[in-house]
Amino acid sequence: MAKILSKINPRSPEFIENAAHMQLQVDDLKVKLEEIKLGGGERSRERHLSRGKLLPRDRVYALLDPGSAFLELSQLAAYQVYDDNVPAAGIITGIGRVGGQECIIVANDATVKGGTYFPLTVKKHLRAQTIAQENNLPCIYLVDSGGANLPNQDDVFPDKEHFGRIFFNQANMSAQSIPQIAVVMGSCTAGGAYVPAMADESIIVKEQGTIFLAGPPLVKAATGEVVSAEDLGGADVHCRTSGVADHMAQNDHHALEIARSAIGNLNRVKPVQMAIKQVAEPAYATEEVYGIVPKDSRQPFDVREIIARVVDGSEFDEFKALYGTTLVCGFAHIYGYPVGIVANNGILFGESAQKGAHFIELCAQRKIPLVFLQNITGFMVGQQYEAGGIAKHGAKMVTAVATAQVPKFTILIGGSFGAGNYGMCGRAYDPRFLFMWPNSRISVMGGEQAAGVLAQVKRDQKEKRGEQWSAKEEADFKQPIIDDYEHQGHPYYASARLWDDGVIDPADTRQVLGLAISASLNKPIKETKFGLFRM
Amino acid sequence: MFTKILIANRGEIACRVIKTARKMGILTVAVYSDADADSLHVNMADEAIHIGGSPSRESYLLSEKVIEAAKRTGAQAIHPGYGFLSENADFCRMCAAEGITFIGPPVAAIEAMGSKSAAKNIMEAAKVPLVPGYHGDDQSEAVIKQAADDMGYPVLLKATAGGGGKGMRQVWSEDEFSEGFAAAKREAKSSFGDDTMLVEKYLTQPRHVEIQVFCDNHHNAVYLFERDCSVQRRHQKVIEEAPAFSMSEELRAKMGESAIKSAQAIGYQGAGTVEFLLDIDGSFYFMEMNTRLQVEHPVTELITGQDLVEWQLRVAAGEVLPKAQDELKINGHAFEARIYAEDPNNDFLPATGTLDFLQPPLESEFVRVDTGVRQGDEVSVFYDPMIAKLIVWDENREKALQRMAKALSEYRISGVTTNIDFLYNLATSAPFVNADIDTGFIEKNQAVIFHESEQALAGELPMAALYLVLSQAREAQLTAAKTNDPFSPWNMTNAWRLNEANIHHMVLAHNGTEYPIIVEQKRQGSGSYYLITVDGQTVDCQGRIEKDTLYVSIDGYRSHATIAKNGTQISLYHQNGVFNFTHILPDCGDNSSDANHGGLVAPMNGTMVAVLVSAGDTVIADQPIMIMEAMKMEHTIRAPSNGVVDTIYYNEGDMVDGGAELIAFTAEEA
Repeated sequence: MAKILSKINPRSPEFIENAAHMQLQVDDLKVKLEEIKLGGGERSRERHLSRGKLLPRDRVYALLDPGSAFLELSQLAAYQVYDDNVPAAGIITGIGRVGGQECIIVANDATVKGGTYFPLTVKKHLRAQTIAQENNLPCIYLVDSGGANLPNQDDVFPDKEHFGRIFFNQANMSAQSIPQIAVVMGSCTAGGAYVPAMADESIIVKEQGTIFLAGPPLVKAATGEVVSAEDLGGADVHCRTSGVADHMAQNDHHALEIARSAIGNLNRVKPVQMAIKQVAEPAYATEEVYGIVPKDSRQPFDVREIIARVVDGSEFDEFKALYGTTLVCGFAHIYGYPVGIVANNGILFGESAQKGAHFIELCAQRKIPLVFLQNITGFMVGQQYEAGGIAKHGAKMVTAVATAQVPKFTILIGGSFGAGNYGMCGRAYDPRFLFMWPNSRISVMGGEQAAGVLAQVKRDQKEKRGEQWSAKEEADFKQPIIDDYEHQGHPYYASARLWDDGVIDPADTRQVLGLAISASLNKPIKETKFGLFRM
Repeated sequence: MFTKILIANRGEIACRVIKTARKMGILTVAVYSDADADSLHVNMADEAIHIGGSPSRESYLLSEKVIEAAKRTGAQAIHPGYGFLSENADFCRMCAAEGITFIGPPVAAIEAMGSKSAAKNIMEAAKVPLVPGYHGDDQSEAVIKQAADDMGYPVLLKATAGGGGKGMRQVWSEDEFSEGFAAAKREAKSSFGDDTMLVEKYLTQPRHVEIQVFCDNHHNAVYLFERDCSVQRRHQKVIEEAPAFSMSEELRAKMGESAIKSAQAIGYQGAGTVEFLLDIDGSFYFMEMNTRLQVEHPVTELITGQDLVEWQLRVAAGEVLPKAQDELKINGHAFEARIYAEDPNNDFLPATGTLDFLQPPLESEFVRVDTGVRQGDEVSVFYDPMIAKLIVWDENREKALQRMAKALSEYRISGVTTNIDFLYNLATSAPFVNADIDTGFIEKNQAVIFHESEQALAGELPMAALYLVLSQAREAQLTAAKTNDPFSPWNMTNAWRLNEANIHHMVLAHNGTEYPIIVEQKRQGSGSYYLITVDGQTVDCQGRIEKDTLYVSIDGYRSHATIAKNGTQISLYHQNGVFNFTHILPDCGDNSSDANHGGLVAPMNGTMVAVLVSAGDTVIADQPIMIMEAMKMEHTIRAPSNGVVDTIYYNEGDMVDGGAELIAFTAEEA
């Protein structure tokens, strides 16, 4: 394969300045996450520990195979969304190895609002289940939750993608032979009771876990019966009498050990069917991506420099290198897995879009996973391009992306604006995973452009009415729009609302992609039937 | 030469004799007890005869059975090995009566050396030096003091009726004599009602140096130089070496000739060993003569290049000695370490059990392993719990000692507690390396050998932690290689986290103290390094594992260690000694609470010698309940808490398997 020869000089002032700027953004991300990862406040953590329970993060890490990676999802969920601070939306989700299998792990954080489900908690839980379903990953639920967050019930309970969907997913995944294992490590009340009840196998911790449809206060109110939580729905009741749970654990560690055994008894084999190559680290340090991305997001950079720091041995066989050059397409390997890479190197033209559609067809036919590196302001506009059929060329690419059945992975490495987001496999196009760099931005168009469009409309109205509009008045009109776009296009804003699966350190891109691609291979790659390409 | 011999022994020595016999084209007959039915020596021999029950008094000590076996198989000679019948004059006579050659000395020689006092008289007459002493009837202080003055101070005053250190006094100078004499007499009187005293020269730093001699039936005698066996615990040799360190040629010749004189004084034939005490000033004194092949004979074989069993067979067959004195030379240095199933941390209590895993170091021109057991064999209560003798050779003492340390670190045994770590610590301790050795070595250097003051853990804990992380990675790689997804990043065990440091948490215990350890893994693949934090101290480590060896750099200091991992037990053999760690796994609670009957279990295989309580008795915590015996050592079983003994499952005299429930016990409610 052809090796990319990097033209970067890590000693140049631009590189050093760029790197310092990216470092600031990465540091900011990590500082914020450090706080979020603590979960609830110190008092609630202490109370949790004093009951002999492990903190949710420690539960997850103890569940994993020793030394296993943990690809955590949606770490910024609910960040600055609610009036209350709900770190990580009160739930930890991610992929890790358990008993040699890549599994989805969903762990309630009882130190955050008693582990109750806020709207984004539901969304995060459902997203993890979607990933499990799309990639055929066993699910392990570490349950410790008071159920739906009652003040927010209207955004949690009634709709299709609300609380009930969790159990719908459990039933349907079980039907698809995707194992569902529940470990009850705390309360599991009302709707929450269905998590263990719907599971294929469930484990409950003695004197910690409880499962009931209605807790003691509600029982007393409803029937006058006075009963303790343990007698109502403790481990003993459910393992000896009701049969709601299958295994009684002595403590958290024991419960996790039983869960590991349960996974060990699944009899599943990962159906990896591709030509895997011996892994070679990239020829250039992955950290160098910091200095490649310009501090000023409007400045262009050669995306091949990024590819060279992500793929095995920096080896990249480019497709149609001389045609539609604003889109870079080509074959490479990541951790030995063949991948097709589609990366922006400027605005999308008709040629680039057709090239992209062609390349996606190649990958779908060969069953090669696709990696999209998004840095796109959109498709080219103007009379010449409209006349040239840019809309139908763009449509070809969008059709190809939408219907390709190979696993797709999207990383936002810069801007993600307008229809470019569609053609480059934005969230709506069901990439198996979508991650953002901290410098990236996402919105229907750039803030400047949006403000300009809105100002132009306003000016036209004013001019129709014969009114004057000073430059100062126009600037005052535009600034809040620009500010809004900047705020709402920021990765933290996006990630808080689960428009992505997380914000990552650019230096981790290779690792994250490797883990995600590998996890996706638990599902056999299907044949693609494309939609109609407008010619 | 004989065409068939019988070996009246078991274990390593039986195997050792069979090897030489086979080399010489002589057929071998083994004898065996019930317990040894499938043992190595039985399998190695051409024929084998069952001679009785497992206890040696029902088999290996039964002269008649052994003779009968020899007659039945037509063996012309019997090699007795060591122990059992090897120094039994009656057996020797029975052989002669049956026309079977006893491969050993004549009856008279055995008898002469059988009694220590008689032996001393013979040696005195033969002008072999004895420890100076006065054993006379004249008990006046003046006479005894004169004797002390004559032999020179220090001297040891002993009550003739004495024992256990009572009535015993060291006297370091003439001035102290009267006071010491009076005190010793007083003590003797009150302890034994008899204040008869004897006085002997007190050797302050005596060494146990023995001379290997060989005599044939043609009046030839040679000595095959000396062995230093000073390192002993409770009169059991631990590590032997040949030649003895700082031995002048002159002294060697003097001791050798003296030994030959001793042998000739009793008309000796065959292999014998004359044991001397060697004082710091170079004077030496006869202790006793062993009329058999010694356990430690291999060190002599390695420095002389001779096969002593072959010599024994030739001499017994009437041949002349294979070599004359001037044809024997010392080449290099050899050590022997006796590997025992015993627990050095528990007063060397003999251990029993199954050798679940047994992997001796590779044998070579430098390393020899004499053993009588294989993996899966049982170390039983019936016989000496020696597992093997590890013998090493190299051109000098320093190099040979390095070979010994390496070989010990490569000796892997599990299933039975062994003294390997103790031997390793001993062999690598500074005083042993510097040959600062006398018969009090182990008592004197207790703290060093047992690592009682632990300073070095700052280096060893990170090493053990790094080993765990690296071996985990290695195992994962081996597992992954067998799958259809061998390069998946999920196969890595670097504890990778999104937007978080890669951290391995672990707890290692050493000598009962638990140390939480944080290992932060930096970078991936070959450039990995590790920040390891123990007790708030962080060190920067890099390392790799090759086979069983961990090569490590800690804050730039490079070293290596051999590591043995058995379950959660990690033994790290470093130049400073061996360090044992336990990998503490998360507490999964007590799962067995329903199954626990609150009884007591036997700590080892053994015999019940006393049951001190009856069913229904109320006992208090730590009250002795039963006494078991294993390998001639008694072990008291005590009540775990206050409570009631419900049922007793064993009676006096019963054989008990280790782990068996001894009694049903109900603990008193707290």
